Amino acid sequence: MKDTRVIEMEEVAIRFSGDSGDGMQLTGTLFSDASALFGNDISTFPDYPSEIRAPQGTVGGVSGFQVQFGRKQINTPGDYAHVLVAMNPAALKANARFMNPGGTIIYDSDSFNEKNLAKANFSTDDPFAEVKLDDHVKVPVPITELTRESLKDFGLDNKSVLRSKNMFALGLVCWMFNRPLDYIDEYIKAKFAKKPGVAESNIKVLHDGFNYGMNLQHMTPNFIVHPAEIEKGTYRNISGNVATAWGLLAASEKSGRPLFLGSYPITPATEILSTLAERKDLGVKTFQAEDEIAGITSAIGASFAGNLAVTTTSGPGLALKSEAIGLAVMAEVPLVVVNVQRGGPSTGLPTKTEQSDLLQALYGRNGESPVVVVAASTPSDCFWYAFMASKIALERMVPVILLTDGFLGNGSEPWKIPTMAELPPITPRMATNAVNFKAYARDPKTLAREWAIPGMAGFEHRIGGLEKNAAGNVSHDPDNHQINSDIRENKVQRVVDLVPDLELYGDEDGEVLLIGWGGTYGHMISAARELREEGRSVSLAHFNYIKPLPKNTTEVFGKFKKIIVGELNLGQFAGYLRSVLPQFSYHQVNKLKGLPFTVDEIKQSVYKLMEE
Amino acid sequence: MADIQYTVKDFKSENEVRWCPGCGDYAIMNAVQRTMAGLGIPREMYAVISGIGCSSRFPYYMSTFGFHTIHGRATAVASGVKLANPDLSVWVITGDGDGMAIGGNHFIHLVRRNIDLNLILFNNKIYGLTKGQYSPTTDRGFKTKTSPFGTVEDPFVPGQLVLGARGTFFARSIDSNMKLSQSIFESAASHKGTSVVEVLQNCVIFNDGIHDAITDPQFRAERQLILEHGKPMLFGANNEKGIVFDNRGKLKVAVIGENGVTIDDILVHDETEVEPTVHMALINMQYPDFPVAFGVIRKVTAPVYDVEMVAQINQVQQTRKIKCVDDLLKSGNTWEVQ
Repeated sequence: MKDTRVIEMEEVAIRFSGDSGDGMQLTGTLFSDASALFGNDISTFPDYPSEIRAPQGTVGGVSGFQVQFGRKQINTPGDYAHVLVAMNPAALKANARFMNPGGTIIYDSDSFNEKNLAKANFSTDDPFAEVKLDDHVKVPVPITELTRESLKDFGLDNKSVLRSKNMFALGLVCWMFNRPLDYIDEYIKAKFAKKPGVAESNIKVLHDGFNYGMNLQHMTPNFIVHPAEIEKGTYRNISGNVATAWGLLAASEKSGRPLFLGSYPITPATEILSTLAERKDLGVKTFQAEDEIAGITSAIGASFAGNLAVTTTSGPGLALKSEAIGLAVMAEVPLVVVNVQRGGPSTGLPTKTEQSDLLQALYGRNGESPVVVVAASTPSDCFWYAFMASKIALERMVPVILLTDGFLGNGSEPWKIPTMAELPPITPRMATNAVNFKAYARDPKTLAREWAIPGMAGFEHRIGGLEKNAAGNVSHDPDNHQINSDIRENKVQRVVDLVPDLELYGDEDGEVLLIGWGGTYGHMISAARELREEGRSVSLAHFNYIKPLPKNTTEVFGKFKKIIVGELNLGQFAGYLRSVLPQFSYHQVNKLKGLPFTVDEIKQSVYKLMEE
Repeated sequence: MADIQYTVKDFKSENEVRWCPGCGDYAIMNAVQRTMAGLGIPREMYAVISGIGCSSRFPYYMSTFGFHTIHGRATAVASGVKLANPDLSVWVITGDGDGMAIGGNHFIHLVRRNIDLNLILFNNKIYGLTKGQYSPTTDRGFKTKTSPFGTVEDPFVPGQLVLGARGTFFARSIDSNMKLSQSIFESAASHKGTSVVEVLQNCVIFNDGIHDAITDPQFRAERQLILEHGKPMLFGANNEKGIVFDNRGKLKVAVIGENGVTIDDILVHDETEVEPTVHMALINMQYPDFPVAFGVIRKVTAPVYDVEMVAQINQVQQTRKIKCVDDLLKSGNTWEVQ
C-alpha cells in the first residue's frame, strides 16, 4: 500500500506577482486580511524588488507577495507557492523557482505578448516550457482587456484603468478560495472616502473578477500529495484527469485495440476529453458528441466495431447514460465509463468533490444490470485504474465504470513514470474460429463471450438490447431470461480473479478497522498513520475494487472489533457493504460539504468510536 | 471486389421475418438486400444498425453484422461504428418515431457532421410497435389513440430537417416501388457523406392507407413526380405536366401546350445544385396542390467527417515526435530521483 502525505487545501500558499507598479503588495495584503477575517491562520511574506522602480516588465522590476493560509497554526509563509498570480512574463520568470510541483499559475494572457516576453528575456514563445512549468495547471485570463471592459463607462484614462488590474486578479482569487468580498469592499470605500469615483471603479473591477471566476468555474487544485518515501526513478507531475487519459492510451497500446472516446464536455471531467483530443499522434479518435447519450452510444458503436471504447462524464452525465450502459450490459460489449464525481444531486456543486455516485454506478439502471465498478484513489493511480478498467472490459466483455472525483481529477502529484513493459498484458477475447461461431458462446471459466467485429468474414451476427439466445437472436423464453440474468451477474463476480487481495495499512487485526474507498485515500492514510503514531490500534483498508470486492474482504473484516466506513456521501459504501457482507456491523463517518475530509475529522470520528 | 457475386438470398438471415402480413417493411428490406448484393462490397463489411420500433427489427433479418440498439440512438451508435472503422458500409434503419422524436437531436447532428452513412427513414406517420399513437410526422388534426380529438401540432417534414441541418443527400421513395427504392439506395451507397432516404411506408394495422392518396395506382402518375438528375420534371399519365417557376420564382404546375408552355419551360432536375432553394421547394410539394416529389432530390459534395478525421490524424502523426505511449510518458518536464 502506497504511503503518502497530503498537503491539504487549508495550507495553501499563494504568490501574487507583477510589476512593482501593479499594486501586488496591496492585493496580497487585502487577500491576507480577508483570509484572516475568514478565520484562517495566515503568514505573509512580501517580496519587494530592490529597486522600487526598475524598468517595467523586466525581471528586476517584479514585486511579489506570498501568503500562506490554513486552519492549523501557520508559522511560515510556505517555502513554495501552490498558486502563482503572474501579471506579466517577468513575474513568471522571477517566481518559477518558488513553485510547488503541480501548482496553478493564473496569468494575464494579455500581457504575455512578444514585447513583454522579450523584456523578460524569454527566447521562445512558450515561456512555461522555458521555466519548466509546462506541466503546471495554467489559467490564462485576459485580465487587461476584461478590466478595460469593466471600466468602459467610467471615463477613466488608460493609466487609471490599468492600475485597477490588480483588483480583477484579487476578485478572481477570492472566488477560487471562497473569500467573501465584504471586507475588501469596506477597505476600498474607507481608503478612497474622499474619491468616491475611485472607490466605485475599484469595487466594480473587484466584483467583475469574482464573477468571472464563477462564470468560468475556475477551480484550484484541492490538494497536492507527496510520497512519504521517494523511490529512485524518473518522476513527473500528473493530475488525475491526465493520468486517466494516459492509462486509457496505455491500455489501447497494450491490447492492440484502437482507442475511441465518445464524450460531451462536463465539469470536472472535460480535461480527459481535451487531453485525448490532443493525442492524435497516438491515433486516438475523440468524438465530441451532441450530448451525453450520443457520447456513450457512439462509444458502444465503436466497441461493436472493435475499438477500446470509452465515454467520460460526471454525475449528471452518468444519469443520462444509464439506458445505454444497460445496452452494453445486455449486448455484452466491452466499454469503459469514467465518472469524475462531483457534488450532486442535479447540477449540484459542479466544481466540488463528492463520492455520491457510488450507488448510481452500482445500481442506477433499469433491470438487473450488473457492471464492474472500480475506483481510483490518488491522482496518479488514475492511470493504473483506467488501465485495469480497460483490461477487465476487453478480457471479460463487460462494461466497467471507473469512479474518480473532482478532487483526484484536478489534483496532482509527483509520479514515478512506469514503462509500458512493466504493465500487464491485455488479451481481448477476439473470436478465432468462424465454424459454429455463436455470439454468446462463453468461456466456461469467466463466462465472457467472444468478440467478433465487422470486417471478420464468416462471423456475421446480430446483437441488441433484447434478451437473446446463445446465437444472439431474440428470445422471450422464461428460462432463458433467468439463465442469462444469472450469467450476467456471475460474469461480473468472476472478475474477482483479476482483483488483487485487499491490503491493510497497519496490523492485520486489532480494535478498529478504518475503511475508505476512492479519492479519500490520502486523508484516510494520513489519519491512520497519525492514529497509529499515537499508539492506537487502528488499521486502514482502502478499496479500489467495489464490484466485485476483493476475495479476502470477509477475512480482513473479521479480525477487527469495530469497523468504521468513511466516505463523502451519506453512507453509500457502508450501505453496500451491509447488503453484501451483512455479518459485520458498520459505523460511519460522512461528509457532504463539497470538500474532502480533513485528517482531523477522520481522527475525531475514530476517537469517538473507541470511546463508545 | 468485382469478382464478388451475391444474390439476394446471401443477405437474408436464418431468422423468421415477423412483420405483419402486408407490412411495407418487406418490400423495403427486399430492395436493401438487392442493393447490397449488387454493390460488390464483401458481406462482412456491412453493418446494419437500428433503433427501436417495428422497422428496427431489420438487422435480425439480415445476414450481415447487425446491432439492434436503443430508442433513438441508432444514428449515434452507427456514427461510432463508422468512425471506429471507416472502411465499413454502415446502414441505419430508423422510423419516424425513432429518428424524428426521441432521436431527433442525434439525427440532425449526424446530418450536420456528414458522416458517411446510409440512413433509411421508414415514415408511416404513426407509432406502430406501441400500437397507434401519433408521431412527429403525423398530419395536423389526425386522430389516433393519443389524439382522440385530432392532433394540435404540425408535423416535421423530414427533408426540411435534412436541408436545415446542411444535409448533402436526401431522397424519397415509397415502400411499394421496389425498383425506385433500389435505385435510390444504390445512389445513397455511392454518396460520400450522410445519405438520408425517406421511404413512405404503409402500416397495415395502425395507419393503413395513409399514403394511398399518393400511391394509388389509379392516380399515382398524376400525384407523383419521379425526379431524375438532368431530366425535366415531368409527370402525368402521358408526361404532359411539368414543374415550372411562376413569376414570383415559386414552383408551379404547368401543362405542356397550355398557355404557351413548351418542354423547354419545364425545370430540369439538378441533384448536385449546392444552393438548396429548389431542393427545398421540391421537398415541400404536397398533394393536392402539387405532385409529391420522389427520387434523389439532393446529392451534393461536401467534406466528410470520417475522411477529415482520418486525414487529421495522419497529418498530426507526420509532424509529432511522440510515436508510442513510452514516448508520451517521458515527454515534457520530468526529473530524476537518485
